Amino acid sequence: MSEFFNNLWQNFLETDSGFEFYRAFIRDDRYQLFFSGMWVTIRLSAMALLFGTLIGLFITFLSLCKSNKHTVLPIKILIKTGNIFAGIYLDIIRGTPLIVQVMLWYFVIIGPLPINLQPLLVAGIAFGVNSGAYLSEIFRAGILSVDKGQAEAGRSLGMTRFTTMWRIVLPQAIKNVLPTIANEYIVLIKETAIAFVIGVPDIIRAAQVVNSRIFNPMMPFLGATVMYYIIIKFLSIIFKILEKRLRRVDTR
Amino acid sequence: MTYTDSAIIQVSGLHKYFGKLHVLKGIDETVMQGEKVAVIGPSGSGKSTFLRCLNLLEIPTDGTIFIDGLEITRPQAKVDAIRRKMGMVFQHFNLFPHLSVMKNITLSPYLTRDRRESTAQLSRKHFKEEINERALALLDKVGLTDKADSYPAQLSGGQKQRVAIARALAMEPKIMLFDEPTSALDPEMVREVLQVMRDLAGEGMTMVLVTHEMDFARDVANRVLFMDEGHIVERGAPEQIFTNPIQERTRSFLSKVL
Repeated sequence: MSEFFNNLWQNFLETDSGFEFYRAFIRDDRYQLFFSGMWVTIRLSAMALLFGTLIGLFITFLSLCKSNKHTVLPIKILIKTGNIFAGIYLDIIRGTPLIVQVMLWYFVIIGPLPINLQPLLVAGIAFGVNSGAYLSEIFRAGILSVDKGQAEAGRSLGMTRFTTMWRIVLPQAIKNVLPTIANEYIVLIKETAIAFVIGVPDIIRAAQVVNSRIFNPMMPFLGATVMYYIIIKFLSIIFKILEKRLRRVDTR
Repeated sequence: MTYTDSAIIQVSGLHKYFGKLHVLKGIDETVMQGEKVAVIGPSGSGKSTFLRCLNLLEIPTDGTIFIDGLEITRPQAKVDAIRRKMGMVFQHFNLFPHLSVMKNITLSPYLTRDRRESTAQLSRKHFKEEINERALALLDKVGLTDKADSYPAQLSGGQKQRVAIARALAMEPKIMLFDEPTSALDPEMVREVLQVMRDLAGEGMTMVLVTHEMDFARDVANRVLFMDEGHIVERGAPEQIFTNPIQERTRSFLSKVL
């Protein structure tokens, strides 16, 4: 059996595309370059998702804070400042290209600082801050989609504003916008492909390096395509399962 | 305003504006401990807003409200603590759809356990048991023991409202506020909810009830308030209001609904 596959493999390598495949992935153990690139992309994506989600939640919180007539003045000012900050943040992030933001973070904001941050970490921050803006709007839409009566019921039972948000409103909000969140996460993972502009050794970087050695972009970029596809497929399967679980309570 | 011993709700000079809309135009009302007060009136008369002001779901624009001797309209009032003394039942039930019936009932008692006398002293294991036991007892009271593990989507309207009542009771309130509890129900489910409320009234709970169920109001309430255009136009014993109203507006309203 193994001999059969071995023959098949050898025959494949003797064809033209087999040879290209060999040059792109096998010779000099180049597959290692791709796998380490994939691992970097996964780590970068995970960082960006985490930062983005936390920042998104925080910005949602800032933009939804409201004062009433019993709010004391310092708190009122704080709330207003938060509202304005959230607005400006959204405006800037959504109004400028991501690639510019990434370069700004690396060369202008963090570069001159007397600290030595890896490009990977800088990219994680840049993508997280970017995605946070989009995610915060998704979260806000989700929270607004939950019936006001839910929060009222929570508050009428003596739960605090925060507990009501955390235990009652947010779980329903997330459920309502889960497909949109999945969408944003997927876009975010694919957008990490531009991290190469600041030298992050991700999948794209690996493909470029190999391409510059063999002068044939077909196999390296096909390889990159498959790798992105696998990562995103994995994520969407997780989201499918999650959605199914959350929808279980709707069955009559 | 002085605090009298048996008055549990004291409202004076209550005004509420929504923007420029003047919804409550000076409400004065005192509810005694154990009283059952029905609030009736045409839609848009401010009766729901009045009820919602009582537990600060709407913040009064002007006026004072004392609940159980505490002024809740002060800026520093501990709103959450005050709300724990009052259960509220909504027209649209507002059960938490992502939680089971049991969780709906136990969530708030569980989260507020340290601040409530009945559970503050108990150890972790014991308050869980205690809260669960009490939730089951409440489900038994509203006749839904078998639905403990169901989700709200699996219940009928009447069952949902009975769970909502159990949920409010789980906080051991001194006052129950009902905001048109049967208005969203199919006719055949109204009776089961009213029966639960009747039982509750029999146990001496203080109840304020906004309703369109005139028969129920006549039957259970000690006192009826008729509201129109932001005023309490008439108040009195149910027999008097329903059979011999003094005000013209009350008479014309009742002639349309009875």
